[in-house]
This record gives sequence, C-alpha cells and structure tokens, in this order.
Amino acid sequence: MTDAVTPSISRERSHATRAFLYAGLIAITFAMLYPLLWMVSSSFKPDNEIFSSSSLIPEVFSLDAYSRGWNGLSVSFGRFFLNSLFIAVLSVVGNLASCSLAAFAFTRLHFFGRNFWFALMLGTLMMPQHAVLIPQYVLFLNLGWVNTILPLVVPKFLAMDAFFIFLMVQFFRGIPRELDEAATMDGCGPWRIYFKIILPLSIPVLATAAIFSFIWTWDDFFAPLIYLNDADSYTVQLGLRTFVDSSGQSDWSALFAMSTLVVLPVFVLFLFFQRLLIEGIATTGMKR
Amino acid sequence: MEARYLREDAGRIATAADRLAANRHERGSFLRYQFASYSFLLPWLIGFLALTLGPALSSLYLSFTDYDLVDTPYWVGIANYSRIASDDPRFWKAMQVTFTFVVLSVPLKLAFALAVAVALNKGLRGLTFFRAVFYLPSLIGASVAIAVLWRQIFAGDGLLNRLLASVFGYEGPSWISTPGTALYTLVLLAVWQFGSPMIIFLAGLRQIPQDMYEAASIDGAGARRQFLKITLPLLTPVIFFNAVIQTIDAFKAFTSAFVISNGSGGPIDSTLFYTLYLYQEAFVNFRIGYASALAWVLVVIIGIFTALSFLSARFWVHYDD
Repeated sequence: MTDAVTPSISRERSHATRAFLYAGLIAITFAMLYPLLWMVSSSFKPDNEIFSSSSLIPEVFSLDAYSRGWNGLSVSFGRFFLNSLFIAVLSVVGNLASCSLAAFAFTRLHFFGRNFWFALMLGTLMMPQHAVLIPQYVLFLNLGWVNTILPLVVPKFLAMDAFFIFLMVQFFRGIPRELDEAATMDGCGPWRIYFKIILPLSIPVLATAAIFSFIWTWDDFFAPLIYLNDADSYTVQLGLRTFVDSSGQSDWSALFAMSTLVVLPVFVLFLFFQRLLIEGIATTGMKR
Repeated sequence: MEARYLREDAGRIATAADRLAANRHERGSFLRYQFASYSFLLPWLIGFLALTLGPALSSLYLSFTDYDLVDTPYWVGIANYSRIASDDPRFWKAMQVTFTFVVLSVPLKLAFALAVAVALNKGLRGLTFFRAVFYLPSLIGASVAIAVLWRQIFAGDGLLNRLLASVFGYEGPSWISTPGTALYTLVLLAVWQFGSPMIIFLAGLRQIPQDMYEAASIDGAGARRQFLKITLPLLTPVIFFNAVIQTIDAFKAFTSAFVISNGSGGPIDSTLFYTLYLYQEAFVNFRIGYASALAWVLVVIIGIFTALSFLSARFWVHYDD
C-alpha cells in the first residue's frame, strides 16, 4: 500500500512544482517583455492614446509617428541608417579578417615569442579601454581622422576586439591537427592551410563572430559620440540621442517609432541566429 | 660481421650528411616560417603597439601633465593625482555612484540569472523559448533605444506611474529626476539584462553529472540540500567567471546613464558614473591630463578588484583537478 501511495504523492508534488515553475517563468517573461511591447505598440498610437490607455493594442493604428520621426531632424534617419550599416559591415569584415589571422597564428603556427604575445593578447581582454581612450583620441586627432569613420573602423582591421580572437582560438583548437599535417606533407604552406582548411571548417565561429560584431558596432554609442561631430555622419544611436534632446520629450510616439526601428535590425538577427548567438555565449563562458 | 658494420657506418654517414643538408635547408625555411607566422600576426601586432601599448604609456605620461589638446602638455608632477585624492568632490561622488551600482547590480543580476537557470534546467518544456526570450534584453540592452525606453518608463508621466496610478491610485514621482531613485532605475536596467550570465550558468549546469543527484536523492537529500551541496559547489567556477566579467562590465557602464541624464550625470550627480565623469572631463572640458589621471585611477581600481577576486577564488572556487 505505502509503496503505491508514495510515488503518486511525490508525482503530485512534482506536478505542483512544475506548475509553480511555469507560472513563475511566464510571469518573468511577461514582465521582461512588457516594456518592449509597450514601446512598439506606443509607436503606432497617437500621443494622446499613449497617455490615456495602457492597452498594448492600439485603438487607432497609425504610421504617422514613423514619418514624423524619420524626418524629425535636419538630417533624415535614412542617412543615419546608411552610416551605421556602412560602419557595421566594414567592422564585420575587419574583425573576421584580422581576428582569424591572429587566432590562426596563435593556434597553428610555432613561431618565436608566441606564448608571450598570446599572454599579452589575453591581458588586453581584461584591460579596461579607458587607459588607452584619450591617447587614441589624440592620435586620431593628429592624423586628421576625427569626424571620419576611420577611428571606428581601422581598429577592427587591426584585431583590437580581442574577444573575437579568443572565441576563434577556442574553435580552431578543436579542428584536428592531422588535417594541417597532411596538408603540410602535400606541400601546403601556412597561407593555404589557413584559406583551404581552417577557414572553410570554421564557418560556425565566423558566423557567430560576424553577428556579434555587427550588433556591437550597431549598438556602440561611445566611440561615435566622441569621433563623429557632423549630423551628416551620425550613426543611428547618435541620431536617436539627438532626437531625444530636440523633440523627444514632446513627441513620445515618434521617439518610440525611431527607437523601434533602431532595435529592429538587432532583433531580426536575433530571430534568425539565436541558437548561434546563445552557443557563442555559452562556449566562451565554459572553455576557459 | 664486417660488412654489417660497414653498412651501418655508411648508413650513419649518410644520415649525418642528410641532416647537415637538411639543417642548412631548415635554417632558410625556419626564417621563412617565422616570417610567414608573423605576417599572420601583423595586423594584431600593429594594433597592439599603436593602439594599446603606445596609448597606455602615453596616457600614463599625460596623467602627469596639464594638457588641453591645443598647447603642448605641461609637466605638473603628481598634481593631478593629489587633486583627485584631496580636492575633487565630484570624483568621490562618481566613486560612490559607481560602487553603489556595481555592488547592487552585479549580485542581483547573478542571483537572478542563477535562479532562472536552475529553474530552466529542471527539464521543462519550452526551454528554447524561455532561454531566447530571457536572452533578448542582454542583446539589445546596450542600445540607446533601450535607454530611451527606460527614460520614458520611469518619467513622471511614464509607464510605471500610470500603472501605479491605475492599480493603486498612487501618484509616483519622476523616478529618473529624483536623486534618491535615479540610480536604482539604472540598477534595474542592468538586472533586466540577466540573460547572458544565465546562458553561461545553463551551460555550466548541463555539465554536472546527473548521477550525482540520483545518488544524493537515494541518500535522502532533498532539493535544497542537493542545490547547496552539489549544484552550488560544482558551479563555483562558472559563478566566478560570470562575477568577474559582470563586474568589469558594470564599471564600464556609460550609455544608459548618459542618455537618462542627458550627459550630465544628474539629478545632482546621482547618476554620475565614473565613465561619465571621465567623458565630461576629457571631451567636454578638455582637461586631458586630468582625465588621463582619472582613467589610470579607474584602471588601478578595476585591476585591484580583479586581483582580489582571483585571490579569493582559491578559497571558494571548486576545481576538479
């Protein structure tokens, strides 16, 4: 008798626990997403409706706020989007090329001083950027690069996002060495091994690095803030901030419309590549 | 016998000759190999020297000078540092704000991330969905758009106050322009982005062998005991990793405070993050020398924090080997 009763009690209890967990998780989901949904739905509402109703579904669905926001500054948001896109694409190319070269050198080549440079590279991962920020600015100022996109893009071609080197090093280490050895036997030099063996086998990590690189450049605020002074060359983040200052406090729906548009590309990337991104985060955390 | 020795000698001579030739050949190819290797490293190496090492040394030098980007730097000795230590109330305010933010946001974020990760690891359906939804804020949280959103939620006529008014009939203040609450809205924004440490926790939880829990439950250990005796100790390396990364990140927080306070760090400096103060001194007031000193003080503080956490790790972080 007791044998029959105990499992059913514990099963009931575990059912209760499960229901409780689900309720908790759904509540958290709702609380976390509510601000975002409010932002998106408010962007379709006229201002007076944002203030009068807290419903997430607009009574009157209107795109007015988008056209008001798009042309709300002397330079249109279209320009900001093009600028951001251009900078982000160049950054992705730069990061992929330079970081994969460095990661290849650190994992596949036995050159003099390798461990020394590798330790320094890991050191830059931990080092806060503040120490180098001001002299970098002075350097770019003297080169005449301030108010151009060069200070934002050139560092990416010089593998200055050490995080991506680290990510690729972890991945390259998993590619069997026998492949390189066989290729060396066949007379391949390091460049051919890099192009013909390592890169084709590294599509997953290259994709992860590309997406993160795009998103971080897209979201970057500090570097554009100090290097870009002309409204014509603003990125979306700078444009949005200027918009808050100029008219945002009076026109909430236009502000939300532009905020939604600024987040949209990142959200789309997230929808398509969330598994890749999540795996990227998980592996950097684990394989230390 | 003789013939065999002879043959062996001949063999030895042959290999020695081979080796000599190979050596001469290898020295050339050794150099060529080194050269090729360094050509892979070259972009990083240039960047490291020109954009990291050089600037780091140069900012150390600038921190002992008076410099405004126009005139040549003027050596002032340790004047900048002594002013930071004894004659700059805004520095101390910035320290207080930053430490409050770090001390509140990091543990809250990690505790929340761990709790949710443990719940998700119970083999529930919809794991992928929840994981993705919880991760989303981490991904978009750095955007100005989200800081703007936060500003509108906690404004006087914002979302929060409207909910409070309709549910409780309570008229809330403007949370972002009240000095006592402004910083806490930023802490909440940081905690909202608990997704990325949560994913790392989940990956860590996956690596704990399931049979340990089975053995423990046969021995009569309840869920709480299993969590305290198995999950938590085995997860300490991951907790440590997350804590270090999140602490460094929290010290660097900038965008949210900048957008919420219009770049001022207000109201009355209550959101004056260290990075924001640094930005104002360097790029608004153009006190480059002083800002360099501020930067180095921050680097040293973060360095001490990191060193202390690595030292403390040996007392609480559990490693298999």
